[in-house]
Amino acid sequence: MTRAAARAASHRLAPLRARSRSWLRCAPLITVALFLAPIVAGLLGTLLPAFGWLPAIGGREFTLGPWARLFSAPGIGAAIALTVGTGLVATVLSVVLVFGLCAQLHGRTPGRAGRGLMAPILAAPHAAMAIGLGFLIAPSGWVVRLLSPWLTGWHQPPDIATVQDPYGIALTLGLLVKEVPYLLLMTITALGQVSAARQLEAAATLGYGRTVAWLKLILPQIYPQIRLPIYAVLAYALSVVDMSLILGPGNPPTLSVLALRWFTAPDIRMYFPAAAAALLQLAIVLASILLWRSGETVIAHLGRRWIAQGARRTRLAPLTRIAAAAVAGLAGLGLASLIDLGVWSVADGWPFPQLLPKHWSAHTWTRQFSMVAWPLETTLIVAVLASALALLLVLGCLENEQRSGRAATLRALWLLYVPLLVPQIAFLFGAQVLLTVVHLEGSLIAVIWSHLLFVLPYVFLCLAEPWRSLDARYARTALCLGTPPRRVFLRIKLPLLLRPILVAVAIGVAVSVDQYLPTLLVGAGRVVTLTTEAVALASGGDRRITGVFALLQSLIPLAAYALAIGLPARLQFHRRQAGGET
Amino acid sequence: MSAVLHLERVSIALEGRVLIPPWSVGVPPGQVVTLMGPSGSGKSTLLSYLGGTLAAAFRATGRVWIGAREVTEQPPERRRIGILFQDDLLFPHLSVGENLAFGLRSTVRGRKLRAARIDAALSEAGLAGFARRDPATLSGGQRARVALLRLLLAEPEALLLDEPFNRLDTMLRADFRRFVFGHAVAAGLPVLMVTHDWADAEAAKGPVLELGTAADGMPVIGAARVPLAIDAARAAIPIGGDWSPSGKGADR
Amino acid sequence: MAASWKSILAQARGQTVYFDAWAGDVRMDAYIAWVGQQVSACCDVTLRQVPLEATSQAVSQVIAEKAAGDNTDGTVDLIWINGPNFYALKRRGLLYGPFTQRLPNYALVNTRDPSNLYDFTVAVGGYESPWRKAQLVFVYNSAYVKHVPLSIQAFPAWAKRHPGRFTFPQVQNFLGVAFLEQALYALTPDPAVLLRPVRAADFAEVTAPLWAWYDRLRPYLWRHGREFPASGPAERELLEDGEIDMMPSFNPTEAAADVEAGLLPRTVRTVVLAHGTIGNTSFVAIPYNSPHKAGAMVVANFLLSPAAQARAGNIRYLGGPTVLDLAKLSPAQRARFTSLPASPWVPRRAALQRVLPEPHPSWARRLAEAWERRYTP
Repeated sequence: MTRAAARAASHRLAPLRARSRSWLRCAPLITVALFLAPIVAGLLGTLLPAFGWLPAIGGREFTLGPWARLFSAPGIGAAIALTVGTGLVATVLSVVLVFGLCAQLHGRTPGRAGRGLMAPILAAPHAAMAIGLGFLIAPSGWVVRLLSPWLTGWHQPPDIATVQDPYGIALTLGLLVKEVPYLLLMTITALGQVSAARQLEAAATLGYGRTVAWLKLILPQIYPQIRLPIYAVLAYALSVVDMSLILGPGNPPTLSVLALRWFTAPDIRMYFPAAAAALLQLAIVLASILLWRSGETVIAHLGRRWIAQGARRTRLAPLTRIAAAAVAGLAGLGLASLIDLGVWSVADGWPFPQLLPKHWSAHTWTRQFSMVAWPLETTLIVAVLASALALLLVLGCLENEQRSGRAATLRALWLLYVPLLVPQIAFLFGAQVLLTVVHLEGSLIAVIWSHLLFVLPYVFLCLAEPWRSLDARYARTALCLGTPPRRVFLRIKLPLLLRPILVAVAIGVAVSVDQYLPTLLVGAGRVVTLTTEAVALASGGDRRITGVFALLQSLIPLAAYALAIGLPARLQFHRRQAGGET
Repeated sequence: MSAVLHLERVSIALEGRVLIPPWSVGVPPGQVVTLMGPSGSGKSTLLSYLGGTLAAAFRATGRVWIGAREVTEQPPERRRIGILFQDDLLFPHLSVGENLAFGLRSTVRGRKLRAARIDAALSEAGLAGFARRDPATLSGGQRARVALLRLLLAEPEALLLDEPFNRLDTMLRADFRRFVFGHAVAAGLPVLMVTHDWADAEAAKGPVLELGTAADGMPVIGAARVPLAIDAARAAIPIGGDWSPSGKGADR
Repeated sequence: MAASWKSILAQARGQTVYFDAWAGDVRMDAYIAWVGQQVSACCDVTLRQVPLEATSQAVSQVIAEKAAGDNTDGTVDLIWINGPNFYALKRRGLLYGPFTQRLPNYALVNTRDPSNLYDFTVAVGGYESPWRKAQLVFVYNSAYVKHVPLSIQAFPAWAKRHPGRFTFPQVQNFLGVAFLEQALYALTPDPAVLLRPVRAADFAEVTAPLWAWYDRLRPYLWRHGREFPASGPAERELLEDGEIDMMPSFNPTEAAADVEAGLLPRTVRTVVLAHGTIGNTSFVAIPYNSPHKAGAMVVANFLLSPAAQARAGNIRYLGGPTVLDLAKLSPAQRARFTSLPASPWVPRRAALQRVLPEPHPSWARRLAEAWERRYTP
């Protein structure tokens, strides 16, 4: 009897768990190994030289010398102020604008058309957007041309720093153009998970207007879900390199650009202060996140009091209208920037202050094709392989999670966000040394791995929700019909989730095409993508050619999105209900 | 082919709370045993357990047999226990015919033969010519029937019904009940149904049990306090106690 | 000699040469792409340009590889290099060579020109092979300004009359620091000290007149001297748009080529300062750890061929003086150079005769550092 009892007790429906294939069980492990181990090692590889230790180039004792060197560098104070200023201002403004717009427009969103307009801005890589914006707002750009000379009287561009200005205003604007749509998308996604409409209705019966009700009821509910994306934006804005190179000032530049400059200085000893600068960058990001976190607490406290007061009106209402207008303005700037890229790419002579080119020609496209071909091919290979690899790992993790019945914890989600929160520059240098040791430096594989670090989190975040919310009984029904799990996965889950899967891959491609610093550093300059080329060309060159590169760079993610939306419609015609929510 | 579905001291708990007390029952072929109980009482969890898809958070003990075959530790796809849910769960990306083909066992070979089997099943269910239709274009009753056909084409050895009539309106419900029970009896399948609708239980014409709460707050399963004209004598299956299928008790 | 070149050609067959070259000038990229097609056709060598924003990136790459013990399998096969970058690698013994005597076409090089033998006063010693010549010139838009300063001393007064209409690249860029060096040449009492390492001189004393002059110039620079274009091409863009009227350039034929390419208005003109300007030669060098040295030498040799030099001298492609000695060429080869299209935008040949040697490489860094310290907010 006891034996029987023990045996019975052991049943506990272990079969499900026991059957998950070993490779599947390894999926989360592989993912973490591919992910965190190199980041930690990379950080270490930056930490040690920051304190003077790098025997390979003669650093054999721990010293504070690199820090002394860092803080005595000319303009270091201004560089730090610029970094913190642009990063914080861009993030605060992004968040305020997005919340303002949502409070203003909730339930009245111009749905399809609005999203259609946002798509190109979301898809365009940061570098391309920065280049386009630079073209647009330069003293000789479209904006000034539009007003000259009839209004301004300028026959020559004015000597005003509208780009690369010492205060980083252009850089902040560039960050806003890209990050506002991103946060808006995250907010809309989070809104889908609370029954906002019904709650707003309930609030309306109590006499609350939409805007107040949104701020008091909906915002507190969705904030926890967009906290991580906000931190990611904050970390990004504080440490971005490509946008800073294109739109930020050069004398002094932001801290991350300064670190990059020193890392690539001919004098190898500059590696030490460069490592210190990268570490300082990390410290600034962490401190800013902490600052933000405490700000959240204060605002939550004040907000609770505000809610308890029961006020039906708010003086914020006109502000939300301004926010909505500002977002529309930013979207207009973003779209105009991309169009400006296109116009430059087919311009044939475009002297100031003419509004449009004197002649149009496709010469630049046809003549540059041989120069574009190689970077284009590399860009596509890296993007497709990194996304495919990420998809494989994510599907492995999700399927394993479902079969083992253990969902990823919140802590695991934070791990996923590590590459998005740690400044790239802080671990990529260390990682570069590691790659040199294993002779993978400058290889395509290493670059694909470095992209995977950033592609994987987005693919996971994009796919986890639809995957988990797929009615589990579909799979159960199929299993009960005698279908082995592998076939259920292939025949039921994959087709049902085809659209979210393709969208996740498209986002993966977009994220990969966006990567500048990883490609530059891990690729050791040998792996040349449209992105590295576009940034290099942006530092000065033929704007027509820069336009070709930047536009092409933007078209790849856009094409990927179009395919992701269009393909399922062609592949499946019985899809009136297919779990197509993305 | 026909065999009894046996549950041997099956019990399920969630985080230390017992949902299903140790329960033994045998369901003979062609017979419908109904388990009544309020929603949220764990009836559906029991069916998940029997089907082999219980979530890991639950702890289950006991053994399950189909005839002499123990399925307790088998993966769901090997158990040959079909479950019909209150939602039809037709795969939306497949046509009606493809849904049925997904269910039809692969031992039926050849495209023509398979198509013939599916067409036969459809016309027998009054759905002739529906094979190429998108499930979304079917009415609720039609979808429910396709769901059952899909299940039967998989040739299960036992059938579990998880409030399958709940979603249908009254007229369709009686119709579909007849359809389900008729097919189940014709196929000689043991059927275990969970429901909270007495009309379902009555139509099943089998023994009715109830998952209730004892005085001490623990769940118990006992004969239902039948408010209808069920012949109590037909509840001939031993209920409760330490039942085990004959011949299988010897190895203990 | 011939036999050893044959064996080099044989070794080079099938190799892929990674050529780390400053990028950002599209015509240069196109020229390198053309070189790639030629060496692929003649010698089965695949040339891949690794585009650099600054040559120092390749230098730190080689140094990092040395640090990591990567002594045979480096990632850089050929570098477009000169001046401080050459000095940085040569000083550490990180260059392969001497190899130039093994290149058949090296026999055609103009060895009477000191800048082909001394790179920023450092003896080349066969560790780098010349391929381009450069000299500091000033390009201006004659549509807006009729008179330009012909001496360094005249710059502040001119700038005061044309505020915001002149700038030069940031000092981290070679062109930016070259402008400072040019000014130092003209202003310091004894320019000869510039040919020796900076530590041999009293830096503060030597440069004092430079800073005094710059302080007078600075308020009238573009953006009040607070911001600078990142590079020569970025500065060219400003001239194209009419944001500035004058800029320095290190290529006497750049303006002509840019006009041809539609990148500058036809009204631009190029001038050389009256007392001459700094000139230098661009070289290619092979890192000690390149796994494709034979292929790299084939490319270096091709760059010295009359065909490659003539194309580089043609303003339709690049434009610029050749490093070859025309006297050493056959009449047919010489004709390729004499028949090159003329251009109204190129300075008079005579003006280009007054070439000042580059200062010792150590000056460039000290000047850039001192400038950063003085003028970074």
